[in-house]
Amino acid sequence: MKPPPFEYYAPKSIDEVCALLSTLEDAKVLAGGQSLVPLLNFRLARPAHLVDINRVPDMAGIYERDGGVAVGALARQAAVEDSALVARICPLLTETMGLVAHRVIRHRGTICGSLAHSDPASELPAVLLALGGHVIARSTRGERAIPAAQLFKSVFETTLAPDELLVEAWFPALSGAFAIAEESRRHGDFALAGVVWAAGRLALFGVASTPVLADHRDPTKGLHPSGDLEATPEFRLHLVKVLTERVLAA
Amino acid sequence: MKVNGVERPAAADPRRLLSDHLRHDLGLTGTHVGCEHGVCGCCTVLFDGAPVRSCLMLAVQAEGHEVTTIEGLAAPGAALHPVQQAFHECHGLQCGFCTPGFVMSVVGFLKENPNPSPEQIDEGISGNLCRCTGYASIRRAVQRAAELTSLSPSGERAAELTSLSPSGERVRERGEER
Repeated sequence: MKPPPFEYYAPKSIDEVCALLSTLEDAKVLAGGQSLVPLLNFRLARPAHLVDINRVPDMAGIYERDGGVAVGALARQAAVEDSALVARICPLLTETMGLVAHRVIRHRGTICGSLAHSDPASELPAVLLALGGHVIARSTRGERAIPAAQLFKSVFETTLAPDELLVEAWFPALSGAFAIAEESRRHGDFALAGVVWAAGRLALFGVASTPVLADHRDPTKGLHPSGDLEATPEFRLHLVKVLTERVLAA
Repeated sequence: MKVNGVERPAAADPRRLLSDHLRHDLGLTGTHVGCEHGVCGCCTVLFDGAPVRSCLMLAVQAEGHEVTTIEGLAAPGAALHPVQQAFHECHGLQCGFCTPGFVMSVVGFLKENPNPSPEQIDEGISGNLCRCTGYASIRRAVQRAAELTSLSPSGERAAELTSLSPSGERVRERGEER
């Protein structure tokens, strides 16, 4: 299908983006568009206004900050995948990129967009959660850091306010063992279930309405995943156990 | 926006997808539209040199940028692009619907991986769906395209490949051993 009608804006500065978000009712931010445009095409999303941030300069940065790596709102997943800085500071992020859709999608898709989209089956929110990273939200009211543990609210829902732009994601430096593993029906698909092991923390994805932290000794405790055409709840619980064993052995 | 090196008019409506703009407004119907949600890869074009899904971009986003479609790879009557030539030689297509997307993806892939391993080739074409070939001939076509690309007179691999027949027989044999 085709996107429903919307008012389109292509602001040229962050201030302009924030001003638009503070005044427009029912606006969506368009970054890489690899999740939002399919939703528009399916008409699952019908925002009245679309604020395209792709013409804002200086938002594609990938740089070292506070002992970790900061990734700007327009840093493409492919750029993060290829970044020597990311590979050095947070190799888990580099490894994760290979599981996020396909390279052609990663040429457009952004890290920050994946986080703001908050798909419970996607890898990046779980990686941010396991690492204990944060995002920076900007609005005309100012700027604030939102820790990963407080960012993901529900399926496709974050604690970002409607007038806030996610300008940066920050991933702490990684030391020690790490691993990410997932099971999907086809390579590049969203995971039926996945686990991230980093900094002594286990995060799960695809098994709840948000990514969740779990006890690696009993990873399915308190977990009630939903079932669908692709996997039953029992199968997802089974996957969590098997995948946890795999990442702990890695 | 520039399409295949020529300045072309912009889309009138912001909700016009780049894929539809190319096909319906500019008449470049070589870019195919399959799923319209980024899964099938048929609509892949080069955006500032990198392969992207044209069904997941608005045409207005391409303003000030360069787009290359399958029509831009070789002029009518001129020699085929090495990737097209390789798909032709290795029968990397049957019905042809997915082919423009595959070719554009592989053009981008070989730019980043000029000498790909079989595993890298599988990864490189994993974002495109073909319902006819079973992929075996497409894998061989990608390998052949890498060889054709390196066959330029200055290419360092030119000497070792001089015995290769133009029909790519050796490539096929090697493919079947896998």
